[in-house]
Amino acid sequence: MEEMKDIVLEYVIEEYLEDPDEEITYDTPLISGGIVDSFSMVSLKRFLENKYSISIPDEDATPEAFDSVDKIVDLVNQFLK
Amino acid sequence: MPMSNIRSYDERIKNFSWSIAEEELDYKPGQQINIGWYCSDRICKMGKGDKYALLWENAMGVEKKYTYNDLRLASNTIGHFLRSIGIKAEDRVCIFLERIPELYLSFVGILKIGAVAQPLFSAFGEESLFVRLENAETKAVITQRKHLGKVRKIIDKLPHLEHIIVVDHDGKKVLNDNEVVFSLESAKPVEDLEIHPTVAESPSVLHYTSGTTGQPKGVKHVHYSLISQYLTTKWVLDLQEDDIYWCTADPGWVTGTSYGIIGPFSMGVTQCVLEAGFSAEAWYKFIDKYKVTMWYSAPTAIRSLMKAGDDLVKKYSLSSLRHLASVGEPLNAEAVIWAEKVYGIPFYDTYWQTETGSMMLCNYPGMKVKPGSMGKPFPGITAAVLDEKTYEPITEPGKIGLIGFKPDWPALMRTYWRNEETFNKKFENGWYLPGDRARIDDDGYYWFVGRDDDVINTGGHLVSPFEVESALLEHEGVAESAVVSKPDDINMEVVKAFVTLKPGFEPNKDTELQVMNFIRKKLSPLAMPQEIEFVDKLPKTRSGKIMRRILHAKEWGEEIGDVSTLEDDE
Repeated sequence: MEEMKDIVLEYVIEEYLEDPDEEITYDTPLISGGIVDSFSMVSLKRFLENKYSISIPDEDATPEAFDSVDKIVDLVNQFLK
Repeated sequence: MPMSNIRSYDERIKNFSWSIAEEELDYKPGQQINIGWYCSDRICKMGKGDKYALLWENAMGVEKKYTYNDLRLASNTIGHFLRSIGIKAEDRVCIFLERIPELYLSFVGILKIGAVAQPLFSAFGEESLFVRLENAETKAVITQRKHLGKVRKIIDKLPHLEHIIVVDHDGKKVLNDNEVVFSLESAKPVEDLEIHPTVAESPSVLHYTSGTTGQPKGVKHVHYSLISQYLTTKWVLDLQEDDIYWCTADPGWVTGTSYGIIGPFSMGVTQCVLEAGFSAEAWYKFIDKYKVTMWYSAPTAIRSLMKAGDDLVKKYSLSSLRHLASVGEPLNAEAVIWAEKVYGIPFYDTYWQTETGSMMLCNYPGMKVKPGSMGKPFPGITAAVLDEKTYEPITEPGKIGLIGFKPDWPALMRTYWRNEETFNKKFENGWYLPGDRARIDDDGYYWFVGRDDDVINTGGHLVSPFEVESALLEHEGVAESAVVSKPDDINMEVVKAFVTLKPGFEPNKDTELQVMNFIRKKLSPLAMPQEIEFVDKLPKTRSGKIMRRILHAKEWGEEIGDVSTLEDDE
């Protein structure tokens, strides 16, 4: 669980954070905070699906479910076998 | 409920003249006209200096409030600062900011000194930013520290770019020689600023828009556009003295300037801004908190709100809302009907584009709304559906043709920046062609049918397939590509790429993600293909041209049509 959190956090920092000086944590709002927009959410979803060999249905990939690293990890765990 | 500003659409049509707006704004042809002055100083002169102009809040709940006098002083201060570093009339000043207050205040300040405001969407990647700054020969960029890195990557290729102004410098980053700090909080307010004596045809705003081919085009607007923007704001959005107005568009796009800055400020109305990503709950909370009365949004957002469900609406008090409008792409009938059910009022759709500068076809307060229709021409706009070969108006109701407008309204673009040839192609037989197809019903309502070109309208924003294809070819693994739209429930359509790979690259999910991220960072999240299909070869004509229409037809389940020129149809 902790490992997954760090992997997702690191990926978000690497891929979506424009300012390298900006600090984000597990509960930083990603979508509502404007760090990841709705179009970019597709690439984040694809990353999670590739990394954890899961398929997240579109109806579950809501802005709310992707709004923080904590929430993303909860979502991924729902689909892990 | 107060009487609507337009009162009767039919009566306005009969007795229309743009001089109505000129008289209300105390403007006489031939005199000076400066949008920045109209949006701030004039409102203060009318005795409304203490009225709120801007109520701003971000995702963290930080609030800022600006009266019209604050707006006047802040825009003076920014204008003064720009002059002090050598910005002159008609110089292009790019605003590369998120929706922070400095964006709105800078826009007004730039116009006051006669410079040209060039707002760009802050999510643009370095390539998208570069081509627009290069084309405009931009002299200064106003940005914030989180976007400074993108500007730094391209500045060496931009000989005209002399100043990078950082509005939120915290002292941590070491600035380069051409980077300068400007902080409204610490700058001494400038009480009196000499307004540049701009006239009707002086350039004001440069917005970039995408076409099927070639690089993005800089749409040049002039100060006289105010006449159209003021009157459409008044009659279509129906803004009134006590309204709290919320335009959800980012001023990186034309809606966010024409109706997110110029329209409401020139009317002296209070508007609010939420600087946050989309969340249905956050939006409803915002409407409830600020008691928004007039809400101008986009179909993509409205469909996302529909998806969030009716129960969420009940958690908040939205009873302050009295009028809703939409723009960006055709608003589907279901969304209009749904809004009426859950909010008690429908969304009034409006149709216009970057080039038109102001609303063209609209649904008006007091006029029957036909869900799914774009409505009728704004008074003073001569519109028609034209035959696609002769460009003559089609008189038969229901017959599909090209939308055309007689090019005689104040806000029509004056040219494409340094691209007169493409500008001239937008006119045929005395009509301006926006590039869309439509039909008119028996009652004179316009119904959108589709684009007349390959440009992709995703979430209300135009994406050029050419631009995405060109960027794809810069990826080390991509051999060839073709970009088309595919249907999407929320965004109407999204970008899809067909790609052939170079030897050594595997057509798998990791490659797909890598290519998606490559485009997202290079161009923008909007341009990022939401799906990439790896193929062995692309359909081409015998002369080697990629037949994009075949791929488009397959995505949309349409007839493929004539394939006689296809090089190989095995």
